[in-house]
Amino acid sequence: MRLIGQIGEWLDARLQVGQTIREAAEHPVPRDTASWFYVFGSAALVVFILQIFTGILLALIYVPSAGEAWNSLQVLNHGIHLGWFVRALHGWGSNFMVAIVLLHMVQVFLFGAYKYPRELTWIVGVFLLLMTLGMAFTGQVLRFDQDAYWGLGLGASIASRVPGVGPAIVNVMLGGPIIAGATLSRFFAMHVFVIPGLLIAFVAVHLLMVMKLGINDWPMPGRVVRKATYVQEYHALTKKDGIPFVPGAVWKDLFFSALVLLAVAACAAYFGPFGPSGRPDPTIIQTSPHPDYFFMWLYAVLSLLPPSMETPALLVGPVIVILALLLLPFVFGEGEKSWRRRPIAVLSMMLIAVALGSFTHLAGYTPWSPEMDAWSADSIPPQFLHKRSALERQGALVFQAKQCHNCHALDKLGGQRGPALDDVAARRTQDQLIRQVIQGGGNMPAYGKNLSPAETTALVAFLETLRPEGQPPARDESRAQP
Amino acid sequence: MTLPDGLSRRELLMKMGILLNGIVAAVLAVPIIRYILSPVARERKQGFESWLPLGELSQFPAGQTRFATYRNPIVNSWDGKTGDIPCWVRNVDGQTFQVFAINCAHLGCPVRWFPQSGLFMCPCHGGAYYQDGSRASGPPERGLFEYHYKVEAGRLFIKAGEMPTPGQKMKASLVTLETRRCV
Repeated sequence: MRLIGQIGEWLDARLQVGQTIREAAEHPVPRDTASWFYVFGSAALVVFILQIFTGILLALIYVPSAGEAWNSLQVLNHGIHLGWFVRALHGWGSNFMVAIVLLHMVQVFLFGAYKYPRELTWIVGVFLLLMTLGMAFTGQVLRFDQDAYWGLGLGASIASRVPGVGPAIVNVMLGGPIIAGATLSRFFAMHVFVIPGLLIAFVAVHLLMVMKLGINDWPMPGRVVRKATYVQEYHALTKKDGIPFVPGAVWKDLFFSALVLLAVAACAAYFGPFGPSGRPDPTIIQTSPHPDYFFMWLYAVLSLLPPSMETPALLVGPVIVILALLLLPFVFGEGEKSWRRRPIAVLSMMLIAVALGSFTHLAGYTPWSPEMDAWSADSIPPQFLHKRSALERQGALVFQAKQCHNCHALDKLGGQRGPALDDVAARRTQDQLIRQVIQGGGNMPAYGKNLSPAETTALVAFLETLRPEGQPPARDESRAQP
Repeated sequence: MTLPDGLSRRELLMKMGILLNGIVAAVLAVPIIRYILSPVARERKQGFESWLPLGELSQFPAGQTRFATYRNPIVNSWDGKTGDIPCWVRNVDGQTFQVFAINCAHLGCPVRWFPQSGLFMCPCHGGAYYQDGSRASGPPERGLFEYHYKVEAGRLFIKAGEMPTPGQKMKASLVTLETRRCV
């Protein structure tokens, strides 16, 4: 013990940092900020450190080459002892990091911590969020599988819509005319050098400001932030009712961080690594690419936006969101901090959460996409064939063979792209059914060129049987008999 | 030593040193930026495309739409399978052809041809196209991208080499929607 003390003294005599570290550790914080609500920032930092370590471990094996990356992931998963576990730690660490950064942001927003004098801390935090998402996206590309390949195509398609320079941006982003080796190499450089370097620098600035400006005091209804008096009031508060950060508050950070690391490890051990899915071979087109969890909401938004709004929404939307986040502390830099006195803040937070949650949920079962194999995999439920004429059953065959089932469900079987047809005969007359089948419309393709008159007759005869028992068929009022 | 206007010799030298570093940085920036922008540099002005064979005409029977692949003209040895690009070839009537890019005109996912319903369908966001490539339904704003083709010595060639994206509407290398014949 004495030896360690002597070594410490010898080092500090030369480094001269002991005093600074002691002051930083023991700086007084308001007593009620030693709270379980104030642990997300430190947990995000701890998971980031885990990501750096596991990332370096993966780099010992991973080959950033379009021809070999997928093979090297297979070796990691199956050929190297516990390689799968390190991949799983990195993958789950990524999910946890995004989640904790978002939680941290929500807490900071609801506690008014972005207000004076912590505006710059918030702004640096917004950039940290963007970099975290950037790491998540580039990391998904490094898992160079089918999802990564088509995800890059999606990114390129969005980038190409920038007026004027879009196609040039695509070439620079891909490193050439197509998604290939150069693309993977530049995403590797971003994921491993550029963004982590920026992240470390921004985290340092973020932490420095938390130290210098002090942790946000617990928001009290009625304790209003004013630029003229805030700093004085804060210092009075820490003097009157402050405790040293170490050990007064830090133990909760330590406990929570350990719990988070344990949760990452448990998920990694139980669920295992993510992918890789199929080989990044563009000639294998039997694939349905989807993004990683935290971009699922975007996947849903891209499906549901009307075509005419898509390009403006894709190009202008992110700019507006980022600007709003950056301007937030300047517009609302003073005033009430407590969520009890900020109903609009609470409501907008709930709205965003519900919207993101709903979109993510929708992306889980993609009702907008035809179910490609419903025509051959999902049979027509027997109640729709029972006691039917030969023509009507022939129509049911046409329904399957022409893949109507891919978009239209019968008794909840089949695609959800178009409306379910269980009661279509109660809603549409024979004339309307024929017109809809032949001409399409309302987002349905026209089948006129693809159906013979006999097939159309049979199909419509089948559709006319689709109505619940006891419900009358649809009637054309203009032709109704008096 | 102080010069008449109050600028000391050392301050002057320091400022000159800063200026010198600025000049060196600017000089170095030119090759660095050109290196980063090499995929769109002047040397690439002639474009990425060239005429590529898709195979014998007999592989594409009249009235049918078939899957075909080609090796991208610009590849590196480490590109692996990513250099193999698929496309759909439609033999309209034995004389005329249409060659569609695999990429959906919405966000680039691979469209699949279904002869049963006569539609191209996209697995990502639900885009659908008719057999002539025109938009049938879903989020795409336009029809499928179509390559220029030619028939030489019994073989089908297309002009390709760059992944088509919705932003390239104006590019001459792809068949524009206005000039596409209605077939």
